[in-house]
Amino acid sequence: MSAAILFGATSSIGQATARLWAARGDRIYLVARDAAKLRAVADDLQVRGGQVVGTRVAALDEIDAQAAVVDEAFVAMGSVDVVLVAHGVLGDPARLRESPQDLAALLHVNFVSTATLAERIVAALERQGHGTLAVIGSVAGDRGRQSNYAYGSSKGGIDVFLAGMRHRLAQSPVRVVTIKPGLVDTPMTASFPKGGPLWSSPERVGECIDRAIRSGRGIAYVPRFWRAVMLIIRHLPAFLMHRTKL
Amino acid sequence: MTPALPAAVSWGRYPRLAQRRVEAAWRGDVARILAEGGSALPRGAGRSYGDCGQNEGGTLVDVSRMDRFIAFDAARAEVTVEAGMLLRDVARWAQPRGFRLPATPGTLDLTVGGAIANDVHGKNHHVAGTFGCHVRRFSLLRGDGKVVECTPGDELFAATIGGLGLTGIVLEATLALRPVRSSFIQAESIPFEGLDGFFGLAADSNMSWEHTVAWLDCTSRGAGRGLFQRGRHVEDDEASLARPWTPRSRRVPFDFPEVALSSLTVRAFNALYYRLARSSLRRVPAEKFLYPLDAIGDWNRLYGRRGFLQFQCVVPPTQAPVAMSELLRAITASGEGSFLSVIKTFGDIASPGLMSFPRPGTTFALDFPMRGESTLRLLKQLERITLAAGGAIYPAKDACMGADIFRTSFPNLERFRASVDPAFSSSFWRRVGAPAHA
Repeated sequence: MSAAILFGATSSIGQATARLWAARGDRIYLVARDAAKLRAVADDLQVRGGQVVGTRVAALDEIDAQAAVVDEAFVAMGSVDVVLVAHGVLGDPARLRESPQDLAALLHVNFVSTATLAERIVAALERQGHGTLAVIGSVAGDRGRQSNYAYGSSKGGIDVFLAGMRHRLAQSPVRVVTIKPGLVDTPMTASFPKGGPLWSSPERVGECIDRAIRSGRGIAYVPRFWRAVMLIIRHLPAFLMHRTKL
Repeated sequence: MTPALPAAVSWGRYPRLAQRRVEAAWRGDVARILAEGGSALPRGAGRSYGDCGQNEGGTLVDVSRMDRFIAFDAARAEVTVEAGMLLRDVARWAQPRGFRLPATPGTLDLTVGGAIANDVHGKNHHVAGTFGCHVRRFSLLRGDGKVVECTPGDELFAATIGGLGLTGIVLEATLALRPVRSSFIQAESIPFEGLDGFFGLAADSNMSWEHTVAWLDCTSRGAGRGLFQRGRHVEDDEASLARPWTPRSRRVPFDFPEVALSSLTVRAFNALYYRLARSSLRRVPAEKFLYPLDAIGDWNRLYGRRGFLQFQCVVPPTQAPVAMSELLRAITASGEGSFLSVIKTFGDIASPGLMSFPRPGTTFALDFPMRGESTLRLLKQLERITLAAGGAIYPAKDACMGADIFRTSFPNLERFRASVDPAFSSSFWRRVGAPAHA
């Protein structure tokens, strides 16, 4: 049995991962913005066998409130083994090109507020002297592509940020894991044409995340075949890349 | 507007209709989608075969992401879940806790909402009744945005059980569970020759076996022979409840070419099955006995792009022997081989649903690959035999029954009509549900 905190508890990937914790009887603390949805997730995990120690309604993009939310969670849990940060937005690329406000808001949620939250969480893990922080990044952060570079850059930024944290904490017992999902069939991607071998269910991605957190790897592509896919995309020369619609 | 998802087809993949599908991931999403207007129909796992889960020109409200548990009361043996939860997820969760679902169909890949809307039945209908017999309550969102709490005895409860999604959208439901002491079933598979053989075995077995069903060979050479399968849950083997379920062995990776299920391969399969599948009393994992087809994902793709049609009827006990042999003769004469034909006797446990399909008598289910006019002609012929025998056709599996048999075989139709929500409709309902004078 272990103890886990989930930020962004109503995200599909977050829920799918937490269901695995619940089935093992883990102690769980949940943070999300929407009270009704948070309650639905908490009830679900409780019936599945989890011990939901506490829930907290919080808008995670409000940076000033983050320290209090993190502290409350750690106090409620006592000792924490895993913290998963799963909040984030996808945005509509066409809209983001036209509206500087929307672009700034997306970068704020996916990069700024995630980075500041990660700092608070790592500080708390260092204080207790153990534990793992896992943050949902994206394969979209591996290379800027015409289809979604705003989202991609916010995820790429957090990727670099977490890599630096990992470096800083290399001699510490605290671990930092970057999770990079590929295409996942969730409400966030509702308008995409789905099907085909590249799409994964949230359940499959949840299993991969659960395994990655326990494995000790620093960067986890989920599912793993995305590591090979992104290796190719990262190294594609610009003259070829620019001929694609990727 | 809520973004539309890629198009949805039914399990039989016939007919293919143009409609909009939107997703409700949370209970709170459903009212917002209904407020956008237009004709709506709930969609779960998409396991209805024909057009009762289709809404051409309208909206399908897909609730399959509403798959959360809400509450569990072990003392009362009741679980409350969101309508989009798969029976598979409920069953797998329940087993290590010493419970099972009292009535399930031959697949678990359907949602709780779909099981209510079609009032599904299983191999134990003669002792457990339908799915709806074990629903304790549910909350129903109506087109006007009001949520109605429904319990047995309420008119809306009765109309919604088997109500084909036309009375509103079930948001969440409380289901009764049954204690179970083993994850295994004692099963037996007995060969029989001719329908008399089947009726004899059914009469002998239904008293003392919880699960009974028979497979029937409908190909010209083997017509009438079959295998009678019966099973009962093993008692006192609590250690086995922790056993993980047999994983799905494989998935059909692509649409098979249409020649794959020719009369030759169907005949060969049936002959082989008759020889290999018989067995004396043995202990088998419950999920393998109860849900054999769930071992193969997307098996509907075996029928190719044109899809397939199911025919399932029920005929009253006194008419059953004659009607069944007439049906069998018509199928054999047509040369349209049915890959898998299933026959079972229903019991007399009444469902609370006004529009429930199961009733005392013998039920017969067949699959036919869609080959155009000749297939539709055969189904019409089977429908006429059923109608003459005073029987009914199962809406969940139908894509072509006529309005006359629907009206005569669902005697509560006019009473049901009063509970149909004007914001809801389906292609099936527009096809066969119109008032008789229209």
